[in-house]
Amino acid sequence: MKKHTLSVMVENEPGVLSRVSGLFSGRGFNIYSLNVAPTLEKGVSLMTIVAEGDDQIIEQIVKQLRKLVPTIKVKDLTEMKSVEREMVLIKVNAEDSKRAEILRIVDIFRCKVVDVSIDELTIEVTGDQGKIGALISLLGRFGIKEIARTGNVAMQRSMQIDL
Amino acid sequence: MKLTGAQILLKCLEKEGVEVMFGFPGGAVIDIYDEIPNSTVEHILVRHEQGAIHAADGYARATRRVGVCLVTSGPGATNTVTGIATAYMDSIPVVILTGQVPRALIGNDAFQEVDIVGITRPCTKHNYLVQDIEDLAATVKQAFYLARSGRPGPVLVDLPKDVMQQVAEFHYPETVQMRSYNPTSKPHVGQVRKVMKLLKKARRPLIYSGGGVITSGSHEDLTWLARNLRIPVTSTLMGLGAFPGDDELFLGMLGMHGTFAANMAVNNCDLLLAVGARFDDRVTGKVDTFAPKATIIHIDVDPTSIQKNVSVHVPLVADCKAALAALRSESEASLDEFDWVADHKEWVDQVQAWGREHPLTYKDDDIIIKPQYVVEKIYEITKGDAIIATEVGQNQMWAAQFYKYTKPNTLLTSGGLGTMGYGFPAAMGAQRAFPDKLVIDIAGDGSIQMCIQEMMTVVCNRLPVKIVILNNGYLGMVRQWQELFYKKNYCETCLDAQPDFVKLAEAYGAAGFRVTEKKYVESTLREAFALDKPVIVDIRVAREENVYPMVPAGASLTEMLLV
Repeated sequence: MKKHTLSVMVENEPGVLSRVSGLFSGRGFNIYSLNVAPTLEKGVSLMTIVAEGDDQIIEQIVKQLRKLVPTIKVKDLTEMKSVEREMVLIKVNAEDSKRAEILRIVDIFRCKVVDVSIDELTIEVTGDQGKIGALISLLGRFGIKEIARTGNVAMQRSMQIDL
Repeated sequence: MKLTGAQILLKCLEKEGVEVMFGFPGGAVIDIYDEIPNSTVEHILVRHEQGAIHAADGYARATRRVGVCLVTSGPGATNTVTGIATAYMDSIPVVILTGQVPRALIGNDAFQEVDIVGITRPCTKHNYLVQDIEDLAATVKQAFYLARSGRPGPVLVDLPKDVMQQVAEFHYPETVQMRSYNPTSKPHVGQVRKVMKLLKKARRPLIYSGGGVITSGSHEDLTWLARNLRIPVTSTLMGLGAFPGDDELFLGMLGMHGTFAANMAVNNCDLLLAVGARFDDRVTGKVDTFAPKATIIHIDVDPTSIQKNVSVHVPLVADCKAALAALRSESEASLDEFDWVADHKEWVDQVQAWGREHPLTYKDDDIIIKPQYVVEKIYEITKGDAIIATEVGQNQMWAAQFYKYTKPNTLLTSGGLGTMGYGFPAAMGAQRAFPDKLVIDIAGDGSIQMCIQEMMTVVCNRLPVKIVILNNGYLGMVRQWQELFYKKNYCETCLDAQPDFVKLAEAYGAAGFRVTEKKYVESTLREAFALDKPVIVDIRVAREENVYPMVPAGASLTEMLLV
């Protein structure tokens, strides 16, 4: 079982999200995260889907997505060089004695504080899954009160070379 | 000139060459019905919407054209869902037109409102809600194009009542342009050569032919290849008729109720050429032991069918017709240099020996009527020149085993979904397409009651469908499983309380016959088939006859229970 990031270009028509999510639920595939937004091209949306499965399942998912009538293009970005980013908002406990420590972590991770109150900080972080996972686990001991994640967005790299 | 939505819809159907549709009116579609008398499209009024969709499906299977049905919103639409799923599973091109409440009421839980687009999303190839009359013509055009192209399937168009009342200019687009939908049709040349190379190398090749061969109309190329390269053919239920059932190379159906020869051939072949088939669990049995010695080649127009259930060695994504034509032209050159007959002689002999060792058979009786005997008689009387529809269960399997289908599009049966109640309305659709042909529904006493209301439709539309009920007073296939795997606990499968089918036929204005002794089977069938009106023939058959061979669910194909 491995996570694959799929970039799916679709006609932005009513029900398209339901067609995609229905495909996953109907066939018992797992969606880890799903992000949809319009592209610059009129009437076209881009979905970034992170799906889990062995090679055979991922192959089926890609083919089934391609089979949907509104699907224009499907790329498995895990099979190529790509950049992946997710943005997360984390509301963390921050009483006076902990605040300095938290801000130090924010600094090290190059993320931002976007909201402050007497005993809470809301942190905005953007990064790949490794960075986000590390930050969440470091902040965990202060007590995370709330978390909101966008799910991955991803793009193929322009140069597909091994460095 | 400006036309109303209803007028535009009917003009679109005329442009698509639709000659008939099956339907049932209701509040949301009155505007369309108001225009039907002004259209060249004939409308056949069914008695239940399930009958309409199955009839459109049967029409499509018999003609290879797109079937059309028209129903109202809410319950009218939901009543078609079983039939839509039936067509979807078997890749049958049908366009379903459903009424919808006026746009302003959508989402308000209005009277007879249902989100039919939402409901049918997983069982249509695609579906549409027409929100603007300006999109209507292009949507209908796309619907027909999608239904028939690539891997065919049902397409639903939901039509709000107020859109049918709006007016607009009518322009029917000449072509369909979709940036998102481009089904592959031509085979990859390199893959075709690879297949050819493997065919030449194989000593024990086998063709496993499916419904795709019939859908694509590639039966002639398939037959040519099998005969000229001397490759035995086994077929799925959906594929019956693509290769002549009376040919010496034909092994019969494979899988759960397949023949001994077919299942042994699958188990021993060194090359399996799957054409337009999808390795369904009823075909493969236990997947791990399916065709264990074979290099598997899989030709299919739908990439998702490939590597879905069984791992194949050489995929060839293409329309079966294009793929088989390419293989044929590649192999035409080989006929001089390559002695296919000698090369495959040993194998063909072996396969035919299996056929003689355990042919399809049953223990006949002098008085009691065996259901298999009835099907054999139907074949004899019709000489195979009829369209056979079946219901689902034992009747379906006997109809598949004991009638030899020699032409494509002559067996109408719900293969994938296994829909009881399918056969009779499907036969009705086929009879409308071919008024002069003999169309027979081989039914069980259970399934015939699921769409029996269409008796009225066939009587008043003079569609002389012949229904032959193999009446054993049981839901026979479930009873068979209960006998074999559930210690004969015949829970709720006994149907000995049943209507008098002869009187029922007569009540509808059709003819009814009952046969209880073997000696009257043939004469009664002949008499029934000669009548120019709908007939029910109620044949009381051996009650606890089983369908054999049988591979228990989940077992390997070689673990057959024989007669």
